[in-house]
Amino acid sequence: MNDIFEALLQIVGKDHVSSQEEERYFYARDSGLMPPHEPDYVVAPKTTEEVQRIVKLANDKGIPIVPAGAGLALTGLVVPLKGGIVIDMKRMNKILEVNEKARYAIVEGGTSHGAVKAYLDKHYPTLRHSIPDAPPAVTIGSNIVIHGQGRLAQQYGFNSDMVSGLEVVTPTGDICKIGSCSMSKYWFSKGPSLPDLSGLFIGWLGSTGILTKVGLKLYPKKKIRDIEIFVTDKEDLVPDILYKLTHTEMVEDINAWFQPLPLMFKGNHHVNIYITGDTEEEIEFKKKIVWDSLKGYFDAKDGGFMWVFPAMKTPFLEMPQKSFMSFADLKKGGGFEYSGPIILVEKYPKCVQKLMEIGSKSDLAYSGFARIIGRSHCMMYSFALAFNRADSDMMNRVRKAINELAEFVYEEGGIPWKPSVEEQKMALEHMDPNTIKLMKMIKDNLDPNGIMNPGNWEVN
Amino acid sequence: MYKLQFDENICETCPTSDCLVKCQYIDMDRDTAHDEMMKIIKGEDSFVLNHCISCYACEEYCLRGNHPFYLITERREEKGILPAPRAITNQWINMVEPKGKYKVGEIKDKAISYCFLPELKGLAKGKLFEDVSQSYLFGAEFFCQVMYLHFAKTSIIKERLPNVIERIKQYGIKQLICMHDECYGSFASVAPAYGIDVPFEPIHYLEYLYNRLRELMDTINPLKIKVVYQRPCSSRLSSDKLHYVYDILALIGAELVERKYQGEKALCCGEIPRLLAGYEVANDLQKRNIDDMAESGAEYCVFNCPYCQMALSEKITKRGIKPIHIVDLCKKAIGEK
Repeated sequence: MNDIFEALLQIVGKDHVSSQEEERYFYARDSGLMPPHEPDYVVAPKTTEEVQRIVKLANDKGIPIVPAGAGLALTGLVVPLKGGIVIDMKRMNKILEVNEKARYAIVEGGTSHGAVKAYLDKHYPTLRHSIPDAPPAVTIGSNIVIHGQGRLAQQYGFNSDMVSGLEVVTPTGDICKIGSCSMSKYWFSKGPSLPDLSGLFIGWLGSTGILTKVGLKLYPKKKIRDIEIFVTDKEDLVPDILYKLTHTEMVEDINAWFQPLPLMFKGNHHVNIYITGDTEEEIEFKKKIVWDSLKGYFDAKDGGFMWVFPAMKTPFLEMPQKSFMSFADLKKGGGFEYSGPIILVEKYPKCVQKLMEIGSKSDLAYSGFARIIGRSHCMMYSFALAFNRADSDMMNRVRKAINELAEFVYEEGGIPWKPSVEEQKMALEHMDPNTIKLMKMIKDNLDPNGIMNPGNWEVN
Repeated sequence: MYKLQFDENICETCPTSDCLVKCQYIDMDRDTAHDEMMKIIKGEDSFVLNHCISCYACEEYCLRGNHPFYLITERREEKGILPAPRAITNQWINMVEPKGKYKVGEIKDKAISYCFLPELKGLAKGKLFEDVSQSYLFGAEFFCQVMYLHFAKTSIIKERLPNVIERIKQYGIKQLICMHDECYGSFASVAPAYGIDVPFEPIHYLEYLYNRLRELMDTINPLKIKVVYQRPCSSRLSSDKLHYVYDILALIGAELVERKYQGEKALCCGEIPRLLAGYEVANDLQKRNIDDMAESGAEYCVFNCPYCQMALSEKITKRGIKPIHIVDLCKKAIGEK
């Protein structure tokens, strides 16, 4: 037993630290394409103070640290590229407070989205948060540091926009509170009207600190939730359809998608329009406005609302939507990767064309999906590719395709979402040098020994 | 290529022009109806081609053996007058493209077709179907194609229906019980209208059900309930079988209460018009229909078509009316449910 292991054992106890082969194997990889890299230790703290002690130990010894949620990013963001300590945050899963009237919750960073949803459904049935369409085990903290998006993205933006305060352990081991909670017992604002320091941590993929507590904005949960699906065979019309829909301000989530299989979806673009209301009258009122907003396409026979059978409606209304996950095993062998850039909605037709081109020339199963963020301010466009892990040739074709898609996105003015190390390097090549300089200043000051999730956002 | 057998003299000399005069969605007097039908026959423009919501009813209203609805559908396709948006039409065409994933039971001379509706397979169980339920056909390969009348795509019917019939023929089936009005209409009405040979006898499941209930008479416990009936669009292609609904309900002790929209005046469930004509038409249809059901005082709405049931179940339940398929109602009467 070495000194580091002994020190970690002293911090978290024997049941929550390991350097065994099984744990090192498991924490060496995620579900995507990134080759595995084993950590030296895996540790699962229970409190902020334990996190602080681990970080201080690592900083003193110059040991890399990788903070990990459920490891579901698919782009290798919690793969310990330089070994060291993986800090599994899932034991820090307490829902600490819900302020019903101010509509926020305070949760520990390792709390899962599924747990928050279940807790609110049971105890605060009129409140909800923006749950992403990832498996429910995905953690609040990890989803925020990657700027995740969920079911409320069209109404309220990225999940990181819905943060109302943070508690962070910095790479040098300081515990910092960010936002109103830095000077008040209330967690209602992550910044305004103070300097907004949350940007020092959000979007940095865990390379500037560890989120131990998160203030999370909550939103009204209506009693009824329904879906309409508008279908068109012209991808060029989709951006305008989305513009008209967002103009109505009657809609919850909006997704646009296309896929060649099953056959009923072939050749069409589908716009899922989620509508919520407390009464049937409210739902019908909103549906009428939505229908009217797209009447021009209907009259021109350019698009129409499909009949969503009850059996089809149920999976579409699930949160998270499990059918997304079924695509991951389309080729059997459990391989699934997607490039999900943030890009202008007007680029939808080009994204579709590019995905079809890549799918065809690489002989890969694909599907395209856009989640609208804000009032058509931008979208997350998922170029999703399924593969068989037992087929190395297919995996190589996916790797090549993902890189080509990243280059395409940058050429079209998009920016990467939860980029892999390769995509981060490509992004830095496209970035303004002074922006990189500023990032370097921040990184150098916050993490002078370069211990936090090294390999990610390497601006040095 | 198969061609619609249509006698224009029948329409020219028609004293009533009932096919269009009785239309519940386009208002016309007899002279206008006659003129418009003659325009349609001659391939000229007619507002009927633009406004028809494809309820199939004119097929029933014509008592002289012509096929006004099939002709309207032919003309719409010829003129490129799409009833539905292209994407919706393509979706319905693509979803039942045969892909070799059909299922076939232990086929005997008499077989039952579940078409491509899994709900039908779920219905055909128990004593009522014990002799035939294992001798079945299911899948896109056996899909009857009639639905494409809604989308003015008779070309698809003419292309696919002969293949469906040929596949059924290959199994040596002599009698095919059709669990859906559309299937029966396909073999008993559409195919003959286009000169497509049907080398087996189609049997409407309502006829089969009635005869089977007669055999099980001593097990029937009269239900003593009041019901209304939701007549499906495709029932208009086999109006000679409608009486079986009334006969069955009488046999099982379900009182069919009087209401405005029944029999010849039945209203469509509204969901196909929603695809074709938009939500205002569909909502109006459904509102009138459901209001009428509610005013009748019926406890149950009896369905024949699973699509109608899907379309209206939730809405009528909210009005205190229980939705039930006629097969399930029969099962209830013989103590199976």
